[in-house]
Amino acid sequence: MGTQEMMKLYYGWIFPYRDFYKWLAYGNDSKLPQADAGFMQRREFCFTLDGDIFDLDGLQAAIKERCPSKLDIGPVYNINPARRAAYAGSGQTFTPVERELVFDIDLTDYDDVRTCGSGGHICNKCWPLMAVAIQILDAGLRRDFGFQHILYVYSGRRGVHAWVCDDRARCLSDEQRTAVANYFAVYRGQEGGLARLALGLEEHPAVTRAAAILEPVFVERLLPEQGLLSDDKRQEALLAYIPSERVRERARQRWAQGEAGDDVARWHALEEEVAKEQATLAKARDTRGAKALDRAMRSVVFAHAYPRLDLEVSKKMNHLLKAPFCVHPKTGKVCVPIDPERAHKFDPETVVTVGRLLDQLNKARGGVKGSDAGEEWRSTDLVPAIQTFRACFLDGLQGACRESLAARARESAAQPTLVW
Amino acid sequence: MVGWVLANSVGAPALTPSKEGLSSEPGSKHALPSLSMYSELPGSEISIEEFEQAALDRLRVLKGLDDLKAKGFRPDQVQDKVLSLVDQYLKAATRESTIRKDTVSHYVLRLAYCRTEELRRWFLAQECDLFRARFRALLPGEQRAFIEGNRLPFRPLTPAEFREVEDDLRATMLAVTGSLQQTNALFQGAAAPHEAFYRAPFEAVPDLVGSRRVYLRAGHAYVSRDQAVSLAVQPFRAALSKALVTTARRWSQVVGPSEAHRLAPIVESLSQRYLGPDYSDPEKRGVTGQVAASDIPRLAQESFPLCMQVMAQALHESHHLKHDGRMQLGLFLKGIGLPLEEAVRFWRAEMAATAPGEKFDKEFLYNVRHNYGKEGNRRDYTPYTCSKIIASVPGVGQVHGCPFRTFGPDALRSAISRLQVTPAKVDEACAKAKAGHFQLACAAVWEGKHGCSCETGINHPNQYFEESQKVLHGEQQPGGPGLSQSQGVSTANPAPAGASPLPASVQPHTKHARVA
Ligand code: SF4
Ligand SMILES: [Zn+2]
Repeated sequence: MGTQEMMKLYYGWIFPYRDFYKWLAYGNDSKLPQADAGFMQRREFCFTLDGDIFDLDGLQAAIKERCPSKLDIGPVYNINPARRAAYAGSGQTFTPVERELVFDIDLTDYDDVRTCGSGGHICNKCWPLMAVAIQILDAGLRRDFGFQHILYVYSGRRGVHAWVCDDRARCLSDEQRTAVANYFAVYRGQEGGLARLALGLEEHPAVTRAAAILEPVFVERLLPEQGLLSDDKRQEALLAYIPSERVRERARQRWAQGEAGDDVARWHALEEEVAKEQATLAKARDTRGAKALDRAMRSVVFAHAYPRLDLEVSKKMNHLLKAPFCVHPKTGKVCVPIDPERAHKFDPETVVTVGRLLDQLNKARGGVKGSDAGEEWRSTDLVPAIQTFRACFLDGLQGACRESLAARARESAAQPTLVW
Repeated sequence: MVGWVLANSVGAPALTPSKEGLSSEPGSKHALPSLSMYSELPGSEISIEEFEQAALDRLRVLKGLDDLKAKGFRPDQVQDKVLSLVDQYLKAATRESTIRKDTVSHYVLRLAYCRTEELRRWFLAQECDLFRARFRALLPGEQRAFIEGNRLPFRPLTPAEFREVEDDLRATMLAVTGSLQQTNALFQGAAAPHEAFYRAPFEAVPDLVGSRRVYLRAGHAYVSRDQAVSLAVQPFRAALSKALVTTARRWSQVVGPSEAHRLAPIVESLSQRYLGPDYSDPEKRGVTGQVAASDIPRLAQESFPLCMQVMAQALHESHHLKHDGRMQLGLFLKGIGLPLEEAVRFWRAEMAATAPGEKFDKEFLYNVRHNYGKEGNRRDYTPYTCSKIIASVPGVGQVHGCPFRTFGPDALRSAISRLQVTPAKVDEACAKAKAGHFQLACAAVWEGKHGCSCETGINHPNQYFEESQKVLHGEQQPGGPGLSQSQGVSTANPAPAGASPLPASVQPHTKHARVA
């Protein structure tokens, strides 16, 4: 069966429309008086087949009919995007009014610190980079910004998307989105073979927290699995972050003597040498020098593990992003949700593919119960993915949407208050 | 009656306005008139004179502020100087009249500076810096009162909230200041340390969030007293920016057709106004007739700033200049004392190769006379200021504008090198220009050419010329720092009487404007 044909069947039978719709309606599909019946119509969906932008009268019908190789979600506009032309010249401008705050992290941006592969490659050795990125984002978004409804999705190939769906996140201005994105932007690109990092001698609590999350992942997973200290070239690349020739030289000696066997042992040897040097500096009352070494060690960890966000995606309200649950046309993998608490357990190599799902559907065909009509995914391996979607995201979101619609109803009954 | 319908058309800013600005208590360092969000128009009648005078005075403050920044000061370094400008120009006899002057002048300049993107950006930048300076000067209690009075969505922490986040706040401030001492001062300075911090929605301080200069918890940003100015200026900027756009769009409604002919010239000239010495009237300055057409090549060598030299040269080589260039150079020449007859002689000779005899008379003579106020609406045009020249962008085949801005690095370097400037100054000028400090770059060239320091800074090509001539012909007077000197001149020659841009015929019957 060709991919095109499989897609047709996938979107025809398996795609979880109901859950998908419930999410994007944000409670406006309810009968509550404050619900906005036109809400879904004003959402931009982009079906990459012919590059057109369509409105969504029936999400299901449209997707089935288009059978897209790619389905992107844009913002909700003030008017139905399909009628945009009709409003031209009417004086009413066509502007995005709300949009999830989104993040995009892609493994290709880590090629200088991946040794297991590059480009479109992904495996269990480099997945910890994505998993720890989720951990850092999740901690910051929840604790610092107070967001609660965040969906993490495997991008189908070599990356992860995050959708922040709280009311407050959806109505951020571009300037505010940029601020949030920059808040996370400790990694600022490469410069002269080194990562450019916004690190100081003293750190903001968010950076301190990030360091605590990164360290164990760096030491226990990345160092050994990526073999970051396993040959001369890699050793020197890492030592380039250490601002003391004495420490570098001692580390080289110890590593050469073979005293330290594997990558992790080599790292600990380096840590010891740094600690010794710091003790010397402390005796000389050079606290700055000692702190600079701390920062250097932190820099190594951040350079190899801190999330490298594609900031442009987050900054603009009207950036399109691939929808969850669609199928990556090259890999056939489904963009399944990821439980942020279990990000390290996620296995990118065994993500369900459209082919497997169709097989399962075929086998189960005779046995589909009546109650499952329209939810044929129930007889496939998409079940755990949809369970994750609901448990980690949709259930909480729906409760909050009902709550906020009810609150809006109460509010409109009372006097308008200052809205910031 | 001037139907000045600003109140309806500008629209109050998004935030609920306070009834009035905040008075300063005797304790504050500067006797600040008031600090206002300008969300309400002054009531009662406004005379045209008041209208214009107040606007000019405010412009002096804003321009002074801009000059300070152009000299390379950071906003926090100009604090005291800005406040003394405010004292000097915006203070009136009583508290009420001071508030009124502050408000009236702000609104008039809104009108004058709403009309192009460039003007709006300039005005917004200066007003925000002015607001910052005045806000910083308030005592903590006054800042709080302002924030509460304007219903800004921030409030000081309660002691319990403070205790809960104290350690993280300390860590944040340590990371921000990089100094334990400064951090401790922040926590110990106030009698009640919790009052040293405000809590605001993170959305309110995007600049502080983006640079990780605030502690965040659960969507709240904890902003230190020193950063509170960021909190206050944000809604101020947003509201003003919006109001400027609205005003621009409704300009025709704001100033109805019946008032347009009275207000438009004032408003228009305000936005082009340069507040240093007035070079528009060379006759009054007593320089007219000192220069003949035949002197120009020598003077260009000696004392023309780069922009004028480049144009004079282009004219000489191609025997042609486009309209904007003719204006820029022609008015400059008028300003250095070239009388009309000599100007006609000069232009005729320079353009003889492309516009001989009658062609010149037909196409360009009018233009030359026009610059001297002898044709058309007979307005006596003023030589362009640096800021006006810098703002203009030459198209293909045009050579006007400021070379420090328009030239590429290599072209600029070779142009400066031709002026016989010391190599160190060439480097300095190139670096300044690259950093966007065009007038500083120009001053560096001036210094490199004359071998003495340029006290006043460069604000005007005619000033460049006059200072140069003074040095060359030995009448250099010991000048004070630039700002106070140019102020001295402008106060000595107060508008509007002599320098009023209003055509005389319009002035009489416009005694009072009424604010709708
Ligand atoms: S700074 Fe002023 S005087 Fe100097 S070149 Fe530019 S516009 Fe001319
Ligand atoms: Zn890999």
